[in-house]
This record gives sequence, structure tokens and C-alpha cells, in this order.
Amino acid sequence: MSDLPLIQADRAVPPPATTTSRGGRGRRLRLLSRTDRVVITLMVLVPLLLVVGLVWLPALATVALSGTNWDGIGPLSEIDWVGARNYDDVVNNYPPFMPAVQNNLLWLAALFVVATPFGMFLAVLLDKELRGSRFYQTALYLPVVLSLALIGFVWQLIYSRDQGLLNAVLGGDTDWYGDPHVNIWAVLFAAGWRHVGYIMLLYLAGLKGVDPSLREAAAVDGSSEASTFFRVVFPVMRPINIIVLVVTVIESLRAFDLVWVINKGRNGLELLSALVTANVVGEASRIGFGSALATIMLVVSLVFITLYLFTVMREDRR
Amino acid sequence: MSRPRSQAEYLARLVPPSVAGLNRRSLLAGAAGTGALLGTGLLAGCGGSDSGSGSDSKTVSLGSNQSDPKPKDVIAKVMDGFKTSSGVQVNINTVDHNTFQENINNYLQGKPDDVFMWFAGYRMRFFAAKGLAGDVSDVWGKLSGYSDAFKKASTGDDGKQYFVPASYYPWAVFYRKSVWQQHGYQVPKTLDDLNTLGAQMKKDGLNPIAFADKDGWPAMGTFDILNLRINGYQFHIDLMAGKEAWTSDKVKKVFDTWAGLLPLHQPDALGRTWQEAAQSLQQKKSGMYLLGLFVAQQFNNDEQDDLDFFTFPEIDSTIGAKALDAPIDGYMMARKPKSEANAKKLLEYVGSKDAANIVVKSDPSTLVANNGADTSGYTALQKKAAELVGSATEIAQFLDRDTRPDFASTVIIPALQQFIKNPKDIGGLLTSVENQKKSIFTS
Repeated sequence: MSDLPLIQADRAVPPPATTTSRGGRGRRLRLLSRTDRVVITLMVLVPLLLVVGLVWLPALATVALSGTNWDGIGPLSEIDWVGARNYDDVVNNYPPFMPAVQNNLLWLAALFVVATPFGMFLAVLLDKELRGSRFYQTALYLPVVLSLALIGFVWQLIYSRDQGLLNAVLGGDTDWYGDPHVNIWAVLFAAGWRHVGYIMLLYLAGLKGVDPSLREAAAVDGSSEASTFFRVVFPVMRPINIIVLVVTVIESLRAFDLVWVINKGRNGLELLSALVTANVVGEASRIGFGSALATIMLVVSLVFITLYLFTVMREDRR
Repeated sequence: MSRPRSQAEYLARLVPPSVAGLNRRSLLAGAAGTGALLGTGLLAGCGGSDSGSGSDSKTVSLGSNQSDPKPKDVIAKVMDGFKTSSGVQVNINTVDHNTFQENINNYLQGKPDDVFMWFAGYRMRFFAAKGLAGDVSDVWGKLSGYSDAFKKASTGDDGKQYFVPASYYPWAVFYRKSVWQQHGYQVPKTLDDLNTLGAQMKKDGLNPIAFADKDGWPAMGTFDILNLRINGYQFHIDLMAGKEAWTSDKVKKVFDTWAGLLPLHQPDALGRTWQEAAQSLQQKKSGMYLLGLFVAQQFNNDEQDDLDFFTFPEIDSTIGAKALDAPIDGYMMARKPKSEANAKKLLEYVGSKDAANIVVKSDPSTLVANNGADTSGYTALQKKAAELVGSATEIAQFLDRDTRPDFASTVIIPALQQFIKNPKDIGGLLTSVENQKKSIFTS
């Protein structure tokens, strides 16, 4: 909200004579030199162009393409409009769609209920300045840093049915990646492994910022460790909590890399993002159909984005 | 209270880039980068590709998808041979094999190289029909040493040639001679023989047929061969072209037969890569494996002589067992090459027996398409493979090359995996495939 007056200021500046007749606000505006105005214009225009060009136009183009049957070949003039047929096909004539929606929800639930609280718990433990806490911190954060290709390889070594570590140690022959009832949990474990480290670091940074005098005051009042955390620290951390929540939601909607590395999001590992990629990117080039999937994903994301913006703006207004 | 607040806001600003992490774009950029890196080794030795764009220039560019070290080396040798014979310099742009295939639409509509590597089949004919490939019929007038099957595989829907074949490999059932001698197994001639053999292998503690479908495409080979044996080549090609119904009894019979054979296949195939399945054959845990000739890559050098194969047995005596999958790799010309004369010279050369001789000498894992080539350097396995394909009445190109790529990857792969998971509901599965086929083929 804060840059809104600045834009108006920019427009109001050119006729200096008129501004003098105005009140205090006008006098403040006159302080903007030519350089200031150029800088402000650039600072507004450049991000605006970037956001419009890289986010809004592609998003709108996706929505428009979702009503066509374009296969990525030939000029745009040859595109045929097919109306809502792609959406009808997605829902009624595309078996991987429903499992993908279920898996995305399952992903969200698993991260929200297990991985995120666990990451927060680890952050609280590390905040106690245990001996070697830096080592734990690094070890837990490592999965977030590792490259995708490496992570895929590491888990392949562990989960492979015939040659994997897990089956060798347990002596079983569970088909960790191939059995559709098992593989989603195997992948969720791997995804949680990354997510825990991420949340842990984020939350730890927040905990370090909590004013120690608050805890001291709570301790003096005879509050236990647990109730200090839940009644004092946790409410103070509200902005961080919201970020952690948003990160968790985004991560579960965005989930893509692990399943793509494992089996391109097929056979029990369907995810919306993987279906979009399988249809749009690559030789298949079902651009229209893939855009319909992407639009559905966009709508789902918008719900969460709206909720987030709503909360943040209400916060600002306070 | 101000400190946590500002800290939080500071963090809030930090979030977006770190949330972004590794996304699809950077993944693709990475893949493209890898391709570019792979290409630089060769490019370093070449001049700038845009230096001569006139028609009388002495350069021609080649888009190559042969990114593995060995095939890449073979291509370099062939292009050296072309330079010696014609004086024209070839600028090779090597791109990672999968990346090349996935970007082919954009590549052909942008500024493709004068000559590029591709496969025979539906997709080749599709590009030709869309005007994305150049007509090379006059090059074919100068080529010799190709059987009619190869010429047919190089011809577009309009009867003109758009493709010059270079190499191919057959799909067959591979086994280890030592294992079969030890147990006294005989090559099965019919489906009943195969079932009996499989049962015997199970008794002997072997896993009869190695099987893997984690990557989605290997099971297509099984479908292809069963369809070719049960319904014949023409039906298979028509089915691939969307002209036949997947709900027909003929297709149902293919899946019924497959369901009958599934107990002989290695269990839990959906979590296994073809390399792991091939290793189970190599380690003498599996009795046989239906795969392409490239299965030999998983065997040590001293085990190559122990590897043998037979073509999938006959199922219907009126159809016979003479058709098979043998994907052909080769070269195509861009729609508007910078130098058409040089591009055609290059195509003529890569289709000649001189080029084929270079390939035979340098790469033991492939078969050359030109039958005028000196094949005395072939291993026993290669000789037998060449005979098998030479005696084939019809050659299919493999499912994902014989049909639309969107149908193959977004419908067939999930459907075959679904079948392997649950072989009981064939009817429901085929109805779903047919509905999706109708939607895709009419768009």
C-alpha cells in the first residue's frame, strides 16, 4: 500500500506552481527531485513489466489456450477453439486426473500434519543451543541444498526393489517404487525429509529473533517450558507461522521434482504438476489439454493465494 | 516487540526465491545445458556454423541426438569421412537424446540444422505431412543397397521419401546359452511351447521372463509383439494410426493372452528399470528377456558370446512369426536448409556403404541399414540379428514411433501400467483407452 501515494506524487509533480497552493502534502511532494522521479518510475515500471510479462500474460495465455486444441505445431491462426471440451476430458476422460488431485491433497495433509510440525519441533530443540547444534542444523538442512538429480539417485539406491538398501537390510522384497499403494508413502517420506530441513531453518531464524526478555519474564512468572512456548513464543511468532503455513501449502501444490525423477508422475505418483508437464512439455505437445490442467492448478493455487493476501492485508491494516 | 516483527518481515522477503528451489524451468535449462556441454566437445573442433550461408559454401550443419560417448564418436568419424570425400565441413550440434526428442516440435519450427537425426515411423510421416521436413526423393535415386522394407519405412504419406535410414536394431527374446544348455531348454516355436518352457523354468528356480516397466516404454515392446503375432502387421499399424477400435475383440485377445503370460513375468515390474531386469538375466536369475538388441550393453565383454536370442514364438499359424519391431534410426533434411546441395550430398553420403562401413567398424551394438556394407566385422549376435530382420516380412517401428506421441505417452503408458497392476479389468481399461483415443485423434 505504501507506494501508492508515490505514484500519485510522481504525477502531481510537473506543475510546481500549483503544488505551493496546496497543503502540507503538496510541499512534501515538491521535495522529489527529477532523479527521484526517474528512480521511482523505474522502480515501479520494471517490476510491473516483469510481473505482467512473466506472470500475468503467460497465465492468461494458459487460460486462453486451455480452450483450444493446439498441438504446438503451426501458426497461431490455425488454432481451433474447442470450448470446454478439454475440461470435460480432464475430468471424465483422463484416468490419472483424480489420483493426481488425491495425491496433491495427501501431500498437503502429510506435510501439514507431520513434516511441518516436526521441522518446527526440531527448530525449537536447536534453539536450546545444544552442543553441536550447528552440526545438526547442517545435517538437517543438507537435503534442501542437494541437487535434484542427486536426491533421485540417493533414494533410488535405497528404494530399489532388487538392489536397494532398504530391502537388503529388512530382507523383504517390497516394491517401494512400483507398488502404487506403497510408493506414494515412500516418496512422501523423501519429500518430508527435505521439507523438515527447510521448515526447521525458517523457524529457527524466527526463534532467534524472539526477544529473550519475553522468555525471562515468563520464567519469572513461573511458566513451564511448554506453556512459555505455546502461550508466549508461538503467538509472538505469528508472522513466521503464517509464512511456514504458506510455504507448506506452496510446497505441496508445487510438488513435482521427486515424482518426476522417479517415474515421471505415473503409476500411483500422479500429481497435477507432473500431469501438466507430461502433456505440455516434451514430444506429446497436448498444449490445449495440458493448459486446461494448468488452469485447474492455477485456480486451486488462487484460493490459497487469496487467503494469504487477505490475512497479510488485514495484518497491515491493524 | 519490534525485533521479531522486522525479522519476520525480513524473512518474508526471503521466502519466494528459496521456495522456488528447483523448478521445472531450471530442470529443463539444466538438461539443455547438459546437451550444450556435450555438444561443445565436438563443436570446439569446428568453425562457426553461420560463417557461410551462401549456396556454394563448404559447410553443412547436422543436428545429432547421439549424445552417448560411443555413438557420438561414431557420428564424428562418419562426418570426417564425408569431409574427406566431399570437402564439405560438417558442423555437428549434439543434443542430449531425450532433450532432442522432447524439443523436436520447437526445433523443427525454429531454425533447425540442415540435416538432423530422427527415426522412421508415424512421427517422421507426420512431420513430412506438416511440411516440416525436406523431400529427399532425388537422394534416394542415387542410393543403393536398401531393401524395399527400408524404402517403405522412409516414405511419407504422399509417396515421396523424407528419410535416409542409417542403423536399426531388432526386438527379440534374449537368453544366456550357458543357462539353457545347463537345463537343456529348447527354443519355443509356439505359445504353448513358451508356456511349458516357462513352467519348467519356474520349477528350476528361475524367473522365466525378466520384465521391467518403471519407465513406461518397455512394456510397449511386449504389447507390440503380441499384437503382431495375434492380429498381424496391418491391424497393428491401423490400430496405431487410430483406425481400429481398442475395444474390439482382437485387442482384447492380445491383453487376454498377455494376462495368461504375466505369471511367467518377473513380478513387481513397475518399480524396476530395464537395466535391472537385464542384470537379472545377466546374473542367471531370469531365463529370458524380450528387449531390443541394446540389452547387450548390460553384459560384460566376455559374456557377449553367451548371449543369444530367438524371435517371439508363433501364436496364430495363419499369421506366422515373421513380423517384428525393429526401430530404424536415420537422417532427415530440414524444410529450408541453408545449403540444400550440401545437405543432399551429406544425406547421400550417410546412406552410402562407405558411411555404413565406418559405422560397422566403430560400433558393435548396432546394425547398419545398407546391405552393401562389409559386415564381416559383425559379431555372431549382430549377424544373427541382421538375418532375423532380413527375413522379416514386415517391420514395425515400436509403439511410440508408430503412433501419435501424445497418445503413446499420456494414454498408452498409464494404460499398460494399469494393466500390469490389475490384469483383471481389461474391458474397462480398453473402453477408457478408446475414449481417450477418440478425443486425441479427432483433435
